[in-house]
Amino acid sequence: MTPAATPWTLFKAFFSIAIAGFGGTLPFARRTLVERKGWLSAEDFTETLSLCQSLPGPNIVNMSIVVGARACGWRGSVAAVIGLVGAPVIIVTTLGALYSDFGALPQVRGALVGLGAAACGLLAATAVRMAEPLLKSRLVITAPFILAAFVAVAILRWPLPYVLLGLTPISIGAAFLWRRRV
Amino acid sequence: MKSSDTLIAIALQFSGLSLVAFGGVNAVIPEIHRQAVEVNHWMTDQDFTSLFAIAQAAPGPNFLVTTLVGWKVAGLPGALVATLAMCGPSCLLTYWVAKAWDRYRETQWRIAVGAGLAPVTVGFVFSSGYVLVRAADASWRLALVTAASAGVAYFTKINPFWCLAAAAALGVAGVFR
Repeated sequence: MTPAATPWTLFKAFFSIAIAGFGGTLPFARRTLVERKGWLSAEDFTETLSLCQSLPGPNIVNMSIVVGARACGWRGSVAAVIGLVGAPVIIVTTLGALYSDFGALPQVRGALVGLGAAACGLLAATAVRMAEPLLKSRLVITAPFILAAFVAVAILRWPLPYVLLGLTPISIGAAFLWRRRV
Repeated sequence: MKSSDTLIAIALQFSGLSLVAFGGVNAVIPEIHRQAVEVNHWMTDQDFTSLFAIAQAAPGPNFLVTTLVGWKVAGLPGALVATLAMCGPSCLLTYWVAKAWDRYRETQWRIAVGAGLAPVTVGFVFSSGYVLVRAADASWRLALVTAASAGVAYFTKINPFWCLAAAAALGVAGVFR
């Protein structure tokens, strides 16, 4: 953790993640926390996201709590979560009010469709960047689990909580045996 | 229903969901829909679908659909109560677990748990990308936008915000009609 992380810088960082995060905050979270601020290494980011994903609640909100707490305790958590949540709540309620008036306009619909298409491209690039360090450091015990999680959730459409509960014990066991072997 | 009763109902419903929303809010969308439309008759099916679309279009985390459900039901107080109820309980739990997690940072089992969770998480991120691509890319022009933004994000240091802005501008110009 760099000394630059104070409640105020945490607030600003998560504010910028929230504001830029059209159609999903994950690509912006990784870019800000790993590539620009250097508060987390690439491996730390994936591991922290894993922790947040295995807890209930919105992943990115959980992540703001964890990153904030590591830097400055509960003050950091509060600053980060307010930065993340405050502006989007105001924006979305404003949009909700506007939508009842302008939602039918073709320009508005076109913009939403375009945003959606670009946003999932960003997410795909983020997935590849997250996979790379895992595949480089321990291909044998990560590639099968990435693939299995993808097939179960994306292709078979099984509920994510069940996949998490079924797959992670095996994956954790494999990681444990792998460490003892090395 | 009195407005204070409605706020209490929102608070109870979303704070319960907060603690079972493993994998994020998208996992409990079906349950929110059931409560808001079928059980409490707060809104119609169409209302719910358009609230979901607006939440997707707005910047920020994907829990925003709960903010909008609260707003639709009880105005600004409803939006605030729904947001707090959805995020509060899970935030407290996460804060407490994160402390324990970091305390055991160097132990064997803790490292194995972290290393074992990571590939599953990456698989989930690929899944979200895949599911969203299938939903979003209704035409070859949209598929091209997806591919271009993925390429820019992966191969360059350009702020991804510009991909989104360009795609929205193309949409306003009517390219995807």
